[in-house]
Amino acid sequence: MTAANLTSVAQAEQGTSLWKDAWRRLRKNRLALFGLAVLTAFILIALLTPWLAPYAYDSQNLDLGASPPSAEHWLGTDIFGRDLLTQIMYGGRISLAVGFVATAVALVIGVTWGAVAGYVGGRVDAVMMRLVDILYALPFMIFIVLLMVVFGRNLLLLFLAIGAVEWLTMARIMRGQVQSLRQQEFVEAAVSLGLSPATIVRRHLVPNALGPIIVYTTLTIPSVMLLEAFLSFLGLGVQPPATSWGLLISYGAETMEEYPWLLIFPGAALTLTLFALNFLGDGLRDALDVRGSGD
Amino acid sequence: MPLLSVRDLQVDFTTRNGRVTAVNRIGFDVEAGKITAIIGESGSGKSVACYSLLGLLPVPPASIESGSALFDGRDLLQLSERELRQIRGRDIAMIFQDPMTCLNPYMTVGNQLMEPLLYHRKVTRQQARARALELLAEVGLRDPESTIDQYPHQFSGGMRQRVMIAMALINEPKLLIADEPTTALDVTIQAQILGLIAELQRKRDIGVIFISHDLSVVADIADEIVVMEKGHVVERGDRQAIFEAAEHPYTQKLLAAIPAGSKAPGEVPRDDLIQVRNLCTWFSQGRGAEPLRAVDDVSFTIQRGEVLGLVGESGSGKSTIGRSLLRLVPVTRGEVLFDGTDVTSLQGTALKQMRRRMQMIFQDPYASLNPRMSVYDTLAEPLLLHGIESRKTVEQGVLRLMDDVGLARAFVRKYPHEFSGGQRQRIAIGRALATRPEFVVADEPVSALDVTIQAQILELMLELGREYGLTMLFVSHDLAVVRHIADRILVLYKGRVVEQGTGDALFNSPREEYTRQLLQAIPGRGLL
Repeated sequence: MTAANLTSVAQAEQGTSLWKDAWRRLRKNRLALFGLAVLTAFILIALLTPWLAPYAYDSQNLDLGASPPSAEHWLGTDIFGRDLLTQIMYGGRISLAVGFVATAVALVIGVTWGAVAGYVGGRVDAVMMRLVDILYALPFMIFIVLLMVVFGRNLLLLFLAIGAVEWLTMARIMRGQVQSLRQQEFVEAAVSLGLSPATIVRRHLVPNALGPIIVYTTLTIPSVMLLEAFLSFLGLGVQPPATSWGLLISYGAETMEEYPWLLIFPGAALTLTLFALNFLGDGLRDALDVRGSGD
Repeated sequence: MPLLSVRDLQVDFTTRNGRVTAVNRIGFDVEAGKITAIIGESGSGKSVACYSLLGLLPVPPASIESGSALFDGRDLLQLSERELRQIRGRDIAMIFQDPMTCLNPYMTVGNQLMEPLLYHRKVTRQQARARALELLAEVGLRDPESTIDQYPHQFSGGMRQRVMIAMALINEPKLLIADEPTTALDVTIQAQILGLIAELQRKRDIGVIFISHDLSVVADIADEIVVMEKGHVVERGDRQAIFEAAEHPYTQKLLAAIPAGSKAPGEVPRDDLIQVRNLCTWFSQGRGAEPLRAVDDVSFTIQRGEVLGLVGESGSGKSTIGRSLLRLVPVTRGEVLFDGTDVTSLQGTALKQMRRRMQMIFQDPYASLNPRMSVYDTLAEPLLLHGIESRKTVEQGVLRLMDDVGLARAFVRKYPHEFSGGQRQRIAIGRALATRPEFVVADEPVSALDVTIQAQILELMLELGREYGLTMLFVSHDLAVVRHIADRILVLYKGRVVEQGTGDALFNSPREEYTRQLLQAIPGRGLL
């Protein structure tokens, strides 16, 4: 046995080799790296917005009104003379936060719920999934309006409310995956080794179900962002002068014929995020699939 | 003039790692009215060669580099896709290995049978249906009138393969290509299908290419045998020449790999490690329905250090017995005493302790390994779980296991998909041995493997069995394999033990009719 061999074995021992391998493979995928770079940049900008933004988010210039892109206002201004770049930067904070936090909430609840229901099966599964069905059947708007009325409007609640709705589909996907995986002999092998059910789910089932989950996650993030826009539009989400991409887009759409830049720039920001997410999601799915690698 | 004459055929595949020649300038003839067997291991190019003739290979990555294949005066390799489509299914028909995946589950058997007829010939639906009924009767389906409108899932594996054969024959082909048509079937069913193919071939006087990895399967039916290894034809000859005077070392190796003979009788009897008393494992089939009695009142013992063979066809309950002993399925009634402890009532920590002492090796090495775990992770998991190695020493433990099962240490970081079937089975054996078990259930551990690999794995298991002092329950549908490895054999039929005894006793003087049938069905009995 050579020294090189020994080191690679020693590295393997440091656990989480699945993620390490995945990262190694992801690095070879240019599109995914581009997606990752764009997202990282957007998140950094969002975090640093209070220091980076050229204007205050509530500063108006009513004399200026809506103006196209210029040297002072790179992306132009809206009808109140507010700087669009500033608005997009502040809006990104809300949109990205809603997108990621609500999706993370959905991911954690959905994957856990679905995995448990799928693995335990029987009566537990029936009860857990009927609960999901009931929540599905509940009109979503009423649910949110109710939450807002009871607890008052606040951003954190908005995150939780959206997350609490989005996890349902995630749970169903996960349950289906786990049900088909649990028939496989390697799960039986794990049982006969004496592993506990929790370990089997964590080590043997969840990693094998990641593909569809990741793809669905990357689809959930933009749909959550649009959902937030819709709620804000109805007056249930963020309110002016605070803003979000979804809100900017919906205002921009109203004045699209006179002031097209008000739609184009926020739309471009959302589209770019969406592209980046999809590239990264596809890349992650391939990177996590050990079979797809040409080492 | 031969029906099909292949000359100088070369097929290359373009892969990420460059070009690979899968079929290297081979030639063979298929005579009308004869069965030509092409024998080789997986990867030998036997299927690729035949698929390339019919234009069934994806191009790229495949490319036909050279050669000719004269069929009926035309060179198949020069025909356009349109012309080939006319020949496929009409003049040349195929039967595939897995009758389950080759039938459309959403179409009745009758409609699937009629499809090639309606496509290739001008017939009415009534005529097609009449022809389909005729053929179903010919391939030995009982009561075709009522089965013709059923769906594939309502048929057993053997019946499905008969339907596939009927479908292949419906256009009266001149050449039939059968690609491992019996590999997925039970021994007795295999014998029936082999008989059917031979009979139909004689009756219709057509040519047959029979592709298989197993020489013994074709021992009774082949007229000509072509042996392939790594893309080359290494030997060619009639049946007698191959079986009695094989010249090429590879052919000799294939012949030697056919399991033959019995294991030498064990030494002095020892105490019983396992006592199974009146074991019943029933599966509920829904409310109100009679439960399925997969295992019905079975009793037996296994001595310490003994290899007990469990033989039966699919549905005989042999796998369920193994899983019942290991508590992988819930036991309905009865006792399983392991070293004096009743396994069926253990819970929690006691059960986990017991699991360490008994392990399982599964049939399908493609499904029994977690595709997302490297060899290292797979082998380290049991070692750490049961505290057999500490975090510091686990690496050495993994490497030792790899040495034991004959895997190169350099493979430690590789994932299951990077291994061949035989190597995967070695990993699975390593995982089972990791907990230092006293008892191992091996459920058809070599059924999914090529014959030569099968022989290697059997040797490995015998050797490790001695080294680790293992007691083993060896489950298989293949009597020849079981006889080779087991000290004693139980014959199972419909959930009950019908006969038991040593391998020699069963082979030489079977008492029960069912055992006799099983023995009759072993392909190439003359070789044993």
